[in-house]
Amino acid sequence: MNSIDALKELLYKIADDQLIIGHRNSEWNGLGPILEEDIAFSSMAQDKMGQSEHIYNLLNQLGEKDADTVAFTRNAPQFHNCQFVELPIGGYDFSLLRHFLFDFAELLRFENLKDSSYQPLALVAKKFHGEIKYHTMHANTWVYQLGNGTEESHLKMQTALNEHWNTALGIFEPGPAEDILINEKISMGEKALQKKWLEVVVPLLEKSNLKVPAESTWEPVYGGRYGTHSENLQPLLTEMTEVFIIDPTADW
Amino acid sequence: MAQEDNKVITSLDPRITRAQVTPGNTEDMGELIHFQTYEVFHQKKRGAQHQHVGIVHAPNADMALLYAKEQYARREVTANLWVAPSSCISATEYHDDDIFATAPEKLYRNPATYKVMDRIKAFKERGMKPTDEI
Repeated sequence: MNSIDALKELLYKIADDQLIIGHRNSEWNGLGPILEEDIAFSSMAQDKMGQSEHIYNLLNQLGEKDADTVAFTRNAPQFHNCQFVELPIGGYDFSLLRHFLFDFAELLRFENLKDSSYQPLALVAKKFHGEIKYHTMHANTWVYQLGNGTEESHLKMQTALNEHWNTALGIFEPGPAEDILINEKISMGEKALQKKWLEVVVPLLEKSNLKVPAESTWEPVYGGRYGTHSENLQPLLTEMTEVFIIDPTADW
Repeated sequence: MAQEDNKVITSLDPRITRAQVTPGNTEDMGELIHFQTYEVFHQKKRGAQHQHVGIVHAPNADMALLYAKEQYARREVTANLWVAPSSCISATEYHDDDIFATAPEKLYRNPATYKVMDRIKAFKERGMKPTDEI
C-alpha cells in the first residue's frame, strides 16, 4: 500500500463514521425527549453529515468519485465505518453515551490532524474544531447529569456503557497501513488515538459516577474498517439512499 | 380509551413507527416536570451589551447554556451568552404601566425634541469642525 492509498483509507473511515452516525442521530429528529434537545441533537447530526461531505470532497480531489456518489451508491461491505456508529439508536441512554464516546474520539482525532502533513486535511481539521468541541460539551453535560442523576438514570447509563464498551473500542481498529500514516506524519495512528481517548474519557466518566468495564474483559469489536458490518448497516443505507436512487441525476 | 393509549403510533415516517411510541398516560406528568425557564441574553461581540433574545426550558443552568447556544447562537455571530432563571427576574406590573406615561408639558425630556439635528446639518453643509463657532 502506498501513502496515497493509506491516506484514502484514513479519509474513508473518518467520512464514513461521520455519515453513518449523522444519519443514525438524525433518526431522533422529531422524537427527542424535549424540544430544545431535539433541535440540538438534530443540528449536531447535520454537522456530522456536513463534515463527512468535506472529507468526501478531499477524496474527490484524490481521484475518488464525487461526494454524493460515494455516499449514496456504495453497499455495506464498501463502507469503512466502525460498527459502533451503525448500531440502531436504541434508547436515549445509548444514543447519548455513543455521542459522548464517539465525539471525544473525533475531537482528539481532529486535534491531531490539525498538524497532519497532508495540508488539505489539516485545514479541514481546523475548520471542524468549534463544532466538535460543542458536540463534546453537549455530550459531557448530559452524561454528567444522567450519571449523577437518579438511581434509574445512573443505572441506564452504566448499563449502556457496560453493553457497548467493546463496540466503542472498535473505533480504534488499526487500519492496513498504520506505519505509513505514522511515518509520513499524516496521523498519529489508531493505537495512540485510543490511548489519548482513554486518558480523557475515563476520568470524565468517573466524574459522572460511571465505571469503565475492567480491562481484562475488553474485547474490541473489529471488522468495520475492512467492510465487515453488523446486520444493521445495510437497512440504514437502503433507507438513506431511498430517494437518491429513484433518480441519481436529479438536481436538488 | 385505555386500549387506545397502548396502541403504537404508526406513520409514513419509518422512524416514528420504529420508535414504538404510544400516546401514553399524561395525567401524572406534573410530577415529572422539574424544568424551569431561563432568560437568554446574547452578546454579538466582546464589549457590546448582552441583549435579551428569548427563553429556553432546561433543568439547570449548564443545560440552559447548551440549549441557548443551539436556539439563539446557531445562526448568529456570537461572542458570549448569559442565562438567568426567569424566576430571578423582577418586573413592574402591567397594571402600573401608567407610571411610564410622560406628561405632555415635559416633552423637553424627549431627546427627539432637541434641535441638535439642525446644528449638525449646518456644520456639515459649511464643512465646519465641532469646535467652530456658528
